Amino acid sequence: MNSGGTVALQVNQAPRRIEADADLPLIDALRDLLDLKGTRFGCGAGQCGACFVLVGGHAMASCETPLWAVAGKSITTVEGLGSPGAPHPLQQAFIDEQAAQCGYCTSGMLISAAALLRRNPCPDEAEVRAALERNLCRCGSHNRIVRAVLRAAAGSHSR
Amino acid sequence: MNMAYVAATGAAHPGPALPGSLQRNRKLGQWLRFADHEHVDVFSGKVELGQGILTALAQIVAEELDLRIDQVRMHAAGTDTSPDEAVTSGSLSVQESGTALRWAAAETRHLFLQAAAAALHCAPAALRVEAGEFLHADGRSASYWTLAAQVPLDREASGAIAPRDSSDYRIVGQPAARLDLPSKVFGLPSFIHDMVLPGMLHARMLRPPAPAARLVSADAAAAGLAPDQARLVRDGSLLAVVAASQFLASRAAAFAAPRLVWGSSPATLLPDEQALPEWIRRQPAVATLVAASGEWPDAAAPPARVFSASYSRPYLAHASIAPSCALARFDGGRLNVWTHSQGIYNQRSDLALAFGMAQEDITVRHVESAGCYGHNGADDAAYDAAWLARAMPGQPVRVQWSRADELAWAPFGPAALVELQAQVDSSGNVQAWRHSVRGNGHSNRPGRAATPALLGSWHTADPFPPLLALNAPLAAGGGAERNALPCYDFPVWQVHSHRLLSMPLRTSALRALGAHANVFAAESFMDELAEAAGRDPLEYRLAHCSDPRARAVLNDAAGRAGWPGSHLAEGCGMGIGFARYKNTGAWCAVVAEIEAGVDVVVRRLTIAVDVGTVINPDGVRNQIEGGAIQACSWTLKEAVRFDSERVTSDSWDSYPVLRFSEVPAVDVGIVGGAGPALGAGEASLGPTAAAIGNAVARALGVRVRALPITSERIRQLLA
Repeated sequence: MNSGGTVALQVNQAPRRIEADADLPLIDALRDLLDLKGTRFGCGAGQCGACFVLVGGHAMASCETPLWAVAGKSITTVEGLGSPGAPHPLQQAFIDEQAAQCGYCTSGMLISAAALLRRNPCPDEAEVRAALERNLCRCGSHNRIVRAVLRAAAGSHSR
Repeated sequence: MNMAYVAATGAAHPGPALPGSLQRNRKLGQWLRFADHEHVDVFSGKVELGQGILTALAQIVAEELDLRIDQVRMHAAGTDTSPDEAVTSGSLSVQESGTALRWAAAETRHLFLQAAAAALHCAPAALRVEAGEFLHADGRSASYWTLAAQVPLDREASGAIAPRDSSDYRIVGQPAARLDLPSKVFGLPSFIHDMVLPGMLHARMLRPPAPAARLVSADAAAAGLAPDQARLVRDGSLLAVVAASQFLASRAAAFAAPRLVWGSSPATLLPDEQALPEWIRRQPAVATLVAASGEWPDAAAPPARVFSASYSRPYLAHASIAPSCALARFDGGRLNVWTHSQGIYNQRSDLALAFGMAQEDITVRHVESAGCYGHNGADDAAYDAAWLARAMPGQPVRVQWSRADELAWAPFGPAALVELQAQVDSSGNVQAWRHSVRGNGHSNRPGRAATPALLGSWHTADPFPPLLALNAPLAAGGGAERNALPCYDFPVWQVHSHRLLSMPLRTSALRALGAHANVFAAESFMDELAEAAGRDPLEYRLAHCSDPRARAVLNDAAGRAGWPGSHLAEGCGMGIGFARYKNTGAWCAVVAEIEAGVDVVVRRLTIAVDVGTVINPDGVRNQIEGGAIQACSWTLKEAVRFDSERVTSDSWDSYPVLRFSEVPAVDVGIVGGAGPALGAGEASLGPTAAAIGNAVARALGVRVRALPITSERIRQLLA
């Protein structure tokens, strides 16, 4: 039950060494040890997408990912996408489209969208919807979110 | 149990009538303060639930005080800081808090204008107000902040200073960006889950395996927990593990849960989920004639035709994306609680009841969580945190519910059965209409009863009794009977309610309350009557409807949707649904376009809404569209599942909600825009459900009268 140790990984491009149980869920390491609260807890079972982070460019549920599984890997959280001073095009597009109601699912949506734009910079609407299919939104902001992702893609493409 | 509920059930306040929530929170300084040199600090008793209310209220204050919106600082509600506005519910926040702030700000501006004129030795009319500065043409000026010491706001509002005319609005009525959105988009701490108190412990609740189960022994679980890693806290059947981290608390909970010994009482078995309408019909109930108009036709003079039909909905879960969470600290007689409750004052009064404390010794503060659509687990989690904090004085405790508990233990929107009868004349027009709704009550919130409405308090060794859900008075919007009154000009009508006296599953307020089932039923029935008369559903509605604002939304939605959709392909169909929310709120018409393949897919919703004066048009669109999409999810997919003992829909697998690929295009048109501001949060849900049902009937010729409208139900009806 106790397998304390040190796990080295990259978080938002900074090398981090985390001393913790190797079974610690990545979300707990991010939120409680590194104080990165942007990754939200939703279900603990990888079924809602609220806790998605990029692991090597792929959106993964950090609630179901133990720390040992990401040793040596590169993690990007919503805080690593951009900041108020230097927003990621997706973050700016979410603000421009007012693409939220409560905003609890927003971090995970941004992560799924960022993963999509990495592999497909010019998605169509159906591709955006498919890429966000694992992310749940209860407020009904889906269409605004889709518009925001398409806006970010169009903006990046035209630059 | 918003202020409308309080007004409808409570004693009148002495003193002159003041608008909105000013009536019960009469001092200007309860609402507005100029504490620094840049902002007005605004204190509302209404809370942000993801609906954007604080942004709309900031627009109202900026408008009346002649400030920029970024000069307005909204504060989260707290029992120690904000006016008591009961509960944030019923789409009433703009009416109640917005009205109070509008009048408080108008009077505050007036007082400062007088003070500025005195200070600058000029007439008030010689000053113009811009961004909080009182400017004279000769270059001299004063400001809210330079004058603040001379204008004490610790005084009652007079109600004598009228707010500005809506034709002068420059901020209200314009789209405003949500104030809270940037921090959420950048992943900054925004929610109660992100809050950290120094040295706080983390707790996980261990709920009974079934509502009726009682804990026999926790000895085996307790014996296996190493005390430095986690401890078990128990009071009767109320149980939690507490540890230094979430990981340790979760691991301890997983260790303990299978080692608990529970007994069960067979007296409260759950109904057969496949036969809910029959079960509802059999239950003892309180029957009420809610309202009636005209004399029911004499049986000796039979009408041309009589129709009747029954419609039903299952129990629905709130299914918030975030699990309920709360923090508490108990310091030598004083209890501090942080919660995402919709009603912090009501929460405080129930905590006082539960713990035998004085209300003055409890402070409850609101912190945002994920979207809230009614009475969910927030209040229960606050009790859990407070209970644990009291068990370990001086020690801050944070409780976070599991996803399974969120879906299985938060209150549900009640299942309902609606029975309709209509007598029609030879052309099919309704002569008499009877609407009867059966089901559990929709109101089981804290702060109303003589004992607490908090889940945990019903599980202790010396428990309080579980409370039966009631229905709010019709004057406060009603519960089960909300929107059971016809929205049409029927010559004779009756509305009956049968509130059940048994409650095997805890029910309480879920968005739109009875309006969802009632509008689904009434508007489905209208289509059935139109079809029997061989008439177009839109024409049939308009023939029964003289209200110009109702006609306007019906015609606008139908016009933009391309009604009647005769161009649509085989297997596709268009349906319409309409209601004026609560019969006193926003008018909303929805046209749904559906495609019936393996499953019913809603392609498009075209919506017209009249919410009176619009504060934030983008906020209205967001709320109306969000409500419509949530109603799509309810209508096509959702039902709480249970066996004879326990709720089984306790994950996103077993309680699926609408996903991106299933979400329709939504086109919201705002029409009208005059008169008092009405709420937007709940107006679209009933009409959307009805429009989808009607579209399915027109596409397939099959009338699904039981929600949700699943492919299984359609196949059974086609067979």
